[in-house]
Amino acid sequence: MSARNVSIAVALAALVVALAFVPSVANGYQLSLAINIMNYTVLATAWTLFSGPTRYVSLATVAFFGIGAYTVAVLGEVLAWPLVLLVAFAIGFVLSLFVGLATLRLSGVYFVIFTFGLAELVRQLVTWYEVNVTRTLGRYVFVDITTEQIYWQLLALAVVVFLSGWLIQRSKLGLALRVIGDDEAVARHVGINTTLAKVVLFAFSASFMTLAGAVMAPRWTYIDPAIAFNPVVSFQVLIMALLGGVQRLYGPVFGVIPLVMLFEVLLAKFPNHFSIMVGIAFLLIVYAIPRGIVGLIEGAQLSLFRMKGAKA
Amino acid sequence: MSAPLLLVSGLTRRFGGLVAVDGVTLEVHPGEIVGLLGPNGSGKTTVLNLISGALKSDAGSVSLRGQALEKLPAFRIAREGVARTFQLVRVLGSMTCKENVIAGLAFGTKSRWGNEADAAALALLDRVGLGGRADVMTSELTYIDQKRLELARALAMQPELLLLDEWLAGLNPTELRDGIELVRSLRAEGRTILMVEHVMDAIRSLCDRCYVMNAGKKIAEGKPKDVLADPEVIRAYLGDADA
Repeated sequence: MSARNVSIAVALAALVVALAFVPSVANGYQLSLAINIMNYTVLATAWTLFSGPTRYVSLATVAFFGIGAYTVAVLGEVLAWPLVLLVAFAIGFVLSLFVGLATLRLSGVYFVIFTFGLAELVRQLVTWYEVNVTRTLGRYVFVDITTEQIYWQLLALAVVVFLSGWLIQRSKLGLALRVIGDDEAVARHVGINTTLAKVVLFAFSASFMTLAGAVMAPRWTYIDPAIAFNPVVSFQVLIMALLGGVQRLYGPVFGVIPLVMLFEVLLAKFPNHFSIMVGIAFLLIVYAIPRGIVGLIEGAQLSLFRMKGAKA
Repeated sequence: MSAPLLLVSGLTRRFGGLVAVDGVTLEVHPGEIVGLLGPNGSGKTTVLNLISGALKSDAGSVSLRGQALEKLPAFRIAREGVARTFQLVRVLGSMTCKENVIAGLAFGTKSRWGNEADAAALALLDRVGLGGRADVMTSELTYIDQKRLELARALAMQPELLLLDEWLAGLNPTELRDGIELVRSLRAEGRTILMVEHVMDAIRSLCDRCYVMNAGKKIAEGKPKDVLADPEVIRAYLGDADA
């Protein structure tokens, strides 16, 4: 490892340690904001893990997130907490393998619509089950998890997501996905098993989302399908990733922080017009900064570099 | 003569009512450069697509060293040792030249990765005349250089059989001369090539044998000078004298 890499690693470790102390300095409101940011950081980064290189736009985020939350609602009082998380991860992984095998032959807009449909389907299935079998639509989540613990778990999950993403990017799988994103026909003709590569990564990405849902569940003491499978979450994750930039693993963070703040303000100031405002934010971001903040920064660096080059 | 490396037999593919490839049979022996010619729309590219697995055949067989390929997905065929370039050049637009070549190095049966792949990629870029361009984005390359890069990516797979789909098309005279030299230098390495080509100079100077297709059917085969003098071939290209 070069000296530069070592110093980056040390800086990142220090950042994680510093973030771990947020609960001891933040008040209740600030902590809840921090949890929101951490949650969306996990979701948007997990989303980018798959959708960034492959350019397959998924709107299934909330399907997996909600399944995680429901796993906790059903098993939270039955199993020990680490086991609950493990089960949530396993359910997310297996389900996403099936979904991946069924859908990743689709591409472009068909994939987008299918993933959106999937999230709705899961929501309707859970609703149907609750209405017809358990005969109550909502569930209470009683687990002994404090707000601070939720924050720390999300922080740990974020670290895991970033580490896996970093490892994948350096691996052949990472290159395979970039080739697929550029040209799937070429990918097949250089010997890449495109279906396998896509399904494996989709499953990892989805399992992280499921875990985030499980970790977040104790935040609500009451959940029903409309809360756990709220499609707005999928769209928010998408727009955060796009605003930050999906070319880099750390890109989405630059979108998560400003947008969580913005949504917070919008919810407080315009509770009845929230969706309209989110829609406008969407339009502005896609129109004005299609390559995201990271793209802007790198573009500026590049032109600065070229200007210096021209002078020299 | 040695056993053929590639044996295509009775290959057929329909698109709706159109029979694009109609019972084509051909063989390529190790070390040969074989041309596949014919007027536009005669089914040459479809034959390459059927061999490389980009399309599935309706009937017939394709075998490499005696192993059946026609049922395998494209990525398996690639790993068996068939590499190709595309009629409309396809480089990976978000990557540098070196990364494009590494994409060809990393996934085959003779997969290379890490420092070994870096070194091999630089050597291959040199080989096709792109030395010193390793970190250039592919989008900044000229057309001929994109073609060179695509060839480097195909060579990176260490293929037993290289399929070139009009690799020399669209080049200016100087570039064409360089391109022909490059393909000829591949023959010197003992590579086996099946090339779809329209450029007659290239066919005459490069190909050991060629096949001519018209309307999906094979209409002639043999040495380039004989085939190009064949009345039926001339008729396919130029039409009947009394037409």
